[in-house]
Amino acid sequence: MRRVLSTIVTVLCASLVQADEVNIYSAREENLIKPILDIYSRETGVTVNLVTGGADELIQRLSLEGANSPADLLLTVDVGRLYRAKEAGVLQSVQSSLLDAEVPANYRDNEGYWYALSLRSRVIVYDKERVNPAELSSYAGLADPKWKGKICVRSSSNIYNQSMVASMVSRNGVEQTEQWAEGLVANFARSPQGGDREQISAIAAGQCQVALVNTYYLAGLLSSSNPADRANGEAVAVFWPDQNSNGAHINISGAAVTKAAKNKDAAVKLMEYLVSDEAQQWYAETNNEFPVREDVQSSELLKSWGEFKADDIALDQLGIHNAEAVRLMDRAGWK
Amino acid sequence: MSQLTTVSNEAPRGALSSLRTRLSGRWLTLGILALCILLSVPTITVFSSIFGDSEGVWSHLASTVLGDYISQSALLMVGVGLAVLVLGIGPAWLVTMTRFPGSRHLEWALVLPLAMPAYIIAYTYTGMLDVGGPLQSWIRATFEVRYGDYWFPQIRSIGGAITMLSLVLYPYVYLLTRTAFIEQSVCVLEVSRTLGASPFKAFSRVALPLARPAIMAALSLVLMETLADYGTVQYFGVSAFTTGIYRTWFGLGSPIAAAQLAAVLMVFILGLVLAEHWSRSKARYHHTSNKYTRLPRIELHGWKRAAAMFYCFFPVVFGFLIPFIQLSLWAIDTWELLDRSNFLGLFGNSLKLASITAMIALLLSLFITYSKRLRPGIFLRGIVRVLGLGYAIPGTVVAVGVLIPFAWFDNTLDAWMREQFDISTGLLFSGTLVAVVFAYLVRFLPVSMNTLDAGLGKIKPTMDDVGRSLGLKPLQILRRVHIPVMKGSLLTASLLVFVDVLKELPATLILRPFNFNTLAIRTYELANQERLAEASSTALMIVLAGIIPVIILSQTISKSRPGYESSTRTQ
Repeated sequence: MRRVLSTIVTVLCASLVQADEVNIYSAREENLIKPILDIYSRETGVTVNLVTGGADELIQRLSLEGANSPADLLLTVDVGRLYRAKEAGVLQSVQSSLLDAEVPANYRDNEGYWYALSLRSRVIVYDKERVNPAELSSYAGLADPKWKGKICVRSSSNIYNQSMVASMVSRNGVEQTEQWAEGLVANFARSPQGGDREQISAIAAGQCQVALVNTYYLAGLLSSSNPADRANGEAVAVFWPDQNSNGAHINISGAAVTKAAKNKDAAVKLMEYLVSDEAQQWYAETNNEFPVREDVQSSELLKSWGEFKADDIALDQLGIHNAEAVRLMDRAGWK
Repeated sequence: MSQLTTVSNEAPRGALSSLRTRLSGRWLTLGILALCILLSVPTITVFSSIFGDSEGVWSHLASTVLGDYISQSALLMVGVGLAVLVLGIGPAWLVTMTRFPGSRHLEWALVLPLAMPAYIIAYTYTGMLDVGGPLQSWIRATFEVRYGDYWFPQIRSIGGAITMLSLVLYPYVYLLTRTAFIEQSVCVLEVSRTLGASPFKAFSRVALPLARPAIMAALSLVLMETLADYGTVQYFGVSAFTTGIYRTWFGLGSPIAAAQLAAVLMVFILGLVLAEHWSRSKARYHHTSNKYTRLPRIELHGWKRAAAMFYCFFPVVFGFLIPFIQLSLWAIDTWELLDRSNFLGLFGNSLKLASITAMIALLLSLFITYSKRLRPGIFLRGIVRVLGLGYAIPGTVVAVGVLIPFAWFDNTLDAWMREQFDISTGLLFSGTLVAVVFAYLVRFLPVSMNTLDAGLGKIKPTMDDVGRSLGLKPLQILRRVHIPVMKGSLLTASLLVFVDVLKELPATLILRPFNFNTLAIRTYELANQERLAEASSTALMIVLAGIIPVIILSQTISKSRPGYESSTRTQ
């Protein structure tokens, strides 16, 4: 009888432990995060609940819900939004020796408010046939009149362009960056439209010769099941910009524990899992992002683009200068 | 006989006012008022931002991009407005009054583009016609030319945006106008013919003016939807007002200036609505006769038949058939890649939300418009106007407008309960489907209200009086007199809301609870990763979920004509 009772107690306790849950507000889309969360749930028994949406909207929801918010963890795909969430006072700092050890210092907040999970670079891609890569050098070089009518880039409403320009503002100041933006706009082959993939297909179609895109979009085209996508991807090559100066622009996807978190420990554990070997490899393989951990290999495809020097700017600068960047792009006529 | 009466033909004061005082549901009226006020909170929240300090954002906008936002939005409105009138009214008249091959099927087929979300038709045509798409690639390969050596229309442009929006929005005009044509009495047309008017003149001088409330109701819906659209203009790189709202909010980090932009948009819409209202001045559009005979349909022959067929097939082919086929091809291509595990769940969620909202919206707007008819007080009229603006506010702005009062209520209640009873109630409504449906109502109630208003406006007040003199109570009159006569409008209203909810994205995205997804969300998330082909399966399911009620209801609408069963009936 006692044994039965103790078994029941043990099972009850186990089920209490298993009742752990983590609630996530995620700006990363469901299909790009749920599979790894499912694996985590299966391995640990922790229930993970997910709401996806735009980062700014989720931050707004967090701050309006206040201390009663059910969310424990915020995931974003841009550092500017993490900075904004921290400024909005909806995050709390985390002490985890594991996270501090695995995530390089320049890819996490110095007060522990957020940590990067994966990296992506915004690079120059060029028409293999018509562009001599020796002509390319840096982001700044794209403002040279020799590229007149040859550059495609998406709208400045896009966060990746905003963060890239914000990093330039941080380095070179508003005035110099604005001059650069004016030069770039003067070189546009067409009014900004579509996403990053479409800039690549515009090169393949001959509408332009050079474009600025995030690395995983090109990787997505090259590994697509659709032959037309692959052909578009194969028409271009990657050029790593600013290799003799600051290095290629880097942005991150990252995670942060919310101020209202009711399951803080479980949330930190999940963050720690997301920088584990298994999760890091999953990022690299399914979404062709660079792992944030230096000791985890990138996908073969990304490795084929060669080693490169990454910009080591303090990432919160991208958030600090975001509004200035948008204003100067407005003035420069970058739609 | 129906007529366009320009003199006051209100019912004898005594009869209606006794009706008003006898309206047993004083509580009902109060309840409706309270609900109206509740529903207008988000709109008013946005509006109150006008008094906020935007910290110089406006001067930046004015000196840079504001001119663009205004001119592009104005162009969009004019373009879409004209196009939907052309695409909607003509076919509505032709399929109602004439016969030609295919006209019976066109009656419902013309509504189909309604099921196609604007951003999806934009993605689809871009996929086909863009510079890297199959058509232009084929041209380049076949004629061995490079980009720039040949002329091809630029799909991603303001012209493209006008075309896409018109192709999916004209069904509003078609549906409401056709309902008006069906509900019209045939006598007036016959009289105009005996007075020597040609069929075309009977249409342009008699039927069209009589359908004006319906056309205007539809047009205002289309224009509001056009101004609130974000997906299409953003994708096409058109700097419209909504682009500006989002950019100001997220890019410049100024929610106040963004809300102010939205408020300006609302004031503009309000101005338009009032201008239209005043221009009607005292004109009323009641049908003064209720003699309904089967509508005489003219059999078309020769070139007229060919022209009518071309005119009516055109919007269906471009607004539905071509994008539908393209989506199907993509869906077949990417079938293997798809996570189909919870397809049924997504489908069920979408249907559930759409039907619940459609039902609530129908009941609410029926009561609101009916109360307005019985007690057209200034306050109720005012609040209805405010409610009517919800459709012009971009979904994200509505969603935040809903978040603010809901979170405030939940947190205040929680604080009070903690203080009094040491119990935490947490968030009761925020992050539940209640908040989601509430946001839908804020946004889509104008759709059903406009539709019902147009329908109810056609019933002359003396009908109410007759009902009263026969001893019916107001609610009985509503049930036994009004509802049977305006069945078409009721069905149209619920259908429009249903389909709108199926397509809705931003409010659902922000307000929904954990682990809850809809077809529109899944579609958007894949499209947002620029995986258009993979997004096609769920996009197709949105369209399919919309088609079935569209067809059923469209059939019912044509049967809804009073006197459909018996060839003549006097009511």
